[in-house]
Amino acid sequence: MGLMIGVPREIFAGEKRVATVPEAVEKLIKLGFAVTVESGAGAGSNFDDDAYRAAGASVVDTAAALWAGADMVFKVRAPSADEIALMREGTTLVSFIWPAQNPELLKSLAARKATVLAMDSVPRISRAQKLDALSSMANIGGYRAVIEAAHHFGRFFTGQITAAGKVPPAKVFIIGAGVAGLAAIGAAAGLGAIVRASDTRPEVADQITSLGGEVVTVDYVEEGTGVGGYAKVMSEGFQKAQRETFAKQARDVDIIITTALIPGKPAPRLITAEMVQSMKAGSVIVDMAAEQGGNCELTVPGQVVVKHGVTIIGYTDLASRLARQASTLYATNLFRLSEELCKTKDGVINVNMEDEVLRGTTVVKAGEVTWPPPAPKLSAAPPAAAKPATVMPTAKKGHGAPSAPMSGTKLSVMFGIAALMFWFVGANAPAAFLGHFTVFVLACFVGYMVVWNVTPALHTPLMSVTNAISSIIVIGALVQIAPPVAAGAVLQSTRPDELIRWLAVAGIALTAINMFGGFAVTQRMLAMFRK
Amino acid sequence: MSESLVTAAYIGAIMLFILSLSGLSNPETARRGNLFGILGMAIAVLATIFGPRVSAGGISWIIGAMVVGGAIGLYAARTVKMTQMPELVAIMHSLVGLAAMAVGFISYIDTSVTYSGTEKTIHNIEIYLGILIGAVTFSGSVIAFGKLSGRIGGKPMLLPGRHLLNLVGLLVVIWFGREFIIAASVSAGMTPLIVMTVIALLFGMHMVMAIGGADMPVVVSMLNSYSGWAAAATGFMLSNDLLIVIGALVGSSGAILSYIMCNAMNRNFISVIAGGFGGGTPAKVSGDAAQPAGDVVPVSAVETAELLRDAKGVIIVPGYGMAVAQAQHTVFEITKLLREKKINVRFGIHPVAGRMPGHMNVLLAEAKVPYDIVFEMDEINEDFPDTDVVMVIGANDIVNPAAQDDPTSPIAGMPVLEVWKAKTSIVMKRSMASGYAGVDNPLFYKDNNRMLFGDAKKMLDEVLVALRTDA
Repeated sequence: MGLMIGVPREIFAGEKRVATVPEAVEKLIKLGFAVTVESGAGAGSNFDDDAYRAAGASVVDTAAALWAGADMVFKVRAPSADEIALMREGTTLVSFIWPAQNPELLKSLAARKATVLAMDSVPRISRAQKLDALSSMANIGGYRAVIEAAHHFGRFFTGQITAAGKVPPAKVFIIGAGVAGLAAIGAAAGLGAIVRASDTRPEVADQITSLGGEVVTVDYVEEGTGVGGYAKVMSEGFQKAQRETFAKQARDVDIIITTALIPGKPAPRLITAEMVQSMKAGSVIVDMAAEQGGNCELTVPGQVVVKHGVTIIGYTDLASRLARQASTLYATNLFRLSEELCKTKDGVINVNMEDEVLRGTTVVKAGEVTWPPPAPKLSAAPPAAAKPATVMPTAKKGHGAPSAPMSGTKLSVMFGIAALMFWFVGANAPAAFLGHFTVFVLACFVGYMVVWNVTPALHTPLMSVTNAISSIIVIGALVQIAPPVAAGAVLQSTRPDELIRWLAVAGIALTAINMFGGFAVTQRMLAMFRK
Repeated sequence: MSESLVTAAYIGAIMLFILSLSGLSNPETARRGNLFGILGMAIAVLATIFGPRVSAGGISWIIGAMVVGGAIGLYAARTVKMTQMPELVAIMHSLVGLAAMAVGFISYIDTSVTYSGTEKTIHNIEIYLGILIGAVTFSGSVIAFGKLSGRIGGKPMLLPGRHLLNLVGLLVVIWFGREFIIAASVSAGMTPLIVMTVIALLFGMHMVMAIGGADMPVVVSMLNSYSGWAAAATGFMLSNDLLIVIGALVGSSGAILSYIMCNAMNRNFISVIAGGFGGGTPAKVSGDAAQPAGDVVPVSAVETAELLRDAKGVIIVPGYGMAVAQAQHTVFEITKLLREKKINVRFGIHPVAGRMPGHMNVLLAEAKVPYDIVFEMDEINEDFPDTDVVMVIGANDIVNPAAQDDPTSPIAGMPVLEVWKAKTSIVMKRSMASGYAGVDNPLFYKDNNRMLFGDAKKMLDEVLVALRTDA
């Protein structure tokens, strides 16, 4: 019999999400687990108890019964003190924990001999993307932030020309182009706004552009990528330049969405009271970092306030406001984690601390605090080391584009040798030969120029056509098969006519194979190249 | 026709030949280019036949030989399979070599044209060189044909002291060259000429025998170049500018192709010709140094079909294995099906995929894959990170990340298709055996790589069936 997974109702005020949805329940049962759900757990996300029953879960009425029966508990929010009290010793808990901000919580969980996997601590490596709940929640949050802004903003997002007059498009400035920021860029651009975005990490510029945003750069050179692809704290000089840039943007735009977070640190203060003051009346700021203190000085976490005529939205539950979507994605993340935990598919989990993903996620193991984990192996290697040390020849873009010019000494040596050779030929060879030699050298150059322009896709036809035209050698045989008698009647007697004729006939036949075969097969091949 | 008229016709033919080659810069103009080539050839041949150098008595002979040869050539061109193109090209090179030898011998024994002094010396050098190049081209191409068609094993055959053997051969050829030039009469010169021909034939065989299967594209293009130089040498011998120009065009074309192929393998031309790639020792050293560890993840054809169906962007990387399994038509069927589902399917071609330059393009064209979704390595390499699924069909070394990551690898520095940067790569292979270079491939052990074991054609058929049933 597999472990019993318990899914309690979230008791945090305003939290509408649930850790597992019926669809995921079915998959968990396939992995060998049994699932119990507290009655009403899915209500906030529009999943009723019957839906869970239909998916194969059992439903219990009270939280106490649920916690008592579960070997493993799936939650969204970190457990409260009351919930920890209900917890059996040795339970495995999967939830958001925020271990850096909540050391007390870690201690009390450790006291219950629990094993705790923190969904906010999943290492940022490509293999773990499918269980990266932070990203899936941030994605929803970014989308919702734009919707909230639109709700409080008194104008269209998209520019319109109506019979009643012209409406300019809204200008949206997004600070931080992480998952949330990018989702916000996409959503705002989709509504038709002019979107600008700024991020301290230079490598995200392409992603901003690809979603329809313009990149706003801070005029100060500093690399802002920290370990694991997150942003890091920037220097004093950079911050000053950044403030000037943001102040300029604040005067111009209608909506600011801030998503700047640095792992394990309070959110950076990016929007000052003066900047808010400088904004047009009716503007909106959505501070997605409100929970970590806010990117804006005037943010009140969890509330919407109006300061200097600017609406400042400090909701900390943006993802929860899209509860059904958020629950579905979070449930999938948890299911993927369960797959990692239970590779044997028999409902028994193995918290394998050798596994990089599980090691990073586990913050308490059987009563021992294991947070913080050792530094992650670099997934996004620092740019300086990104290129392997092996010397790669620079890609030859388009054959024939002249590569770097040859070094002076090499060139002069080659010219020297060529000059000597030409001098030798000129000094010794008769004039007739030199005429042919001129033709030969020029033809080599023409061949060189022409062939470099041949597209690589046609290299096989090139070979077969050059093959066909090299049967021009037939002329050599043709002129010898029966030279006119006028060539010299005296010498004619010593000429072994029969032998020459047969050799020439053989030569003509051989080259004819080549000539006809080569052109025919080239034609056949080229006929196949179709768009 | 007068001599001047013939020369004028030759100039016209030369222009047509150059237009023919320049037409190949684009598939649109290539068909017309080929017609220019045919026209040029017809003008050159007819002008020669009706020119002052050929008397009426020879015409029946010429027609007879042309009809016989032409029939054979056309038959071969009609029936050859596109996968056999490298063999056909190799055997055709050998014919040019043989014809060059015949013309050289004729020119020597033909006493109707006489030279004296320096002119005689130069003429004799031209004959000697023409036959030499012709003989090397002939025997080398025959061996290349044997290797490409599987009649001779693909492994390089390395004689002990082969470089010394070649050197001795060269010295003997030079010595007899001197003997030949100072020979007083035709019969006295015959012995050195025949000795040289035999050595040249042996040298051509030996040279190609020492080259491994994966280096075949270089060999084929090199022989292409030789056949051109043979024609050019014949042109000098007969004081015929048309032959010189065409020989130079073909020769430089082959030389450029060889250069491109060598670059694509990051190998120096001399070391390819000196042979011995995958010949044991170098591969072994690296085998100990960097044995990639880990497990490969096999997938079934059905899972492959699912991966493909869920993808937005797919890149297919074909290799020699696709040609061997004759899988190009199934590949196209899959491509068509995926494109109907609005999946962006493209092809990535490495310059040395297959056994001759452009081999893969021809196979895909045969299977009716539109050429505007077939891309060169340089064009597509940047797109791999944005691609969901890459299918590698019967290719190995050209997708080996060790070429970039492992400086001790024998293929280090070779430009490769960066398929491992895609979200998922699927490698179709018969077994875990290494490629022609004898280098293990760390790609197979990467987390995002899946292996689909089995015959490429059979597996792709199953993938196609799975795609169709689910659609």
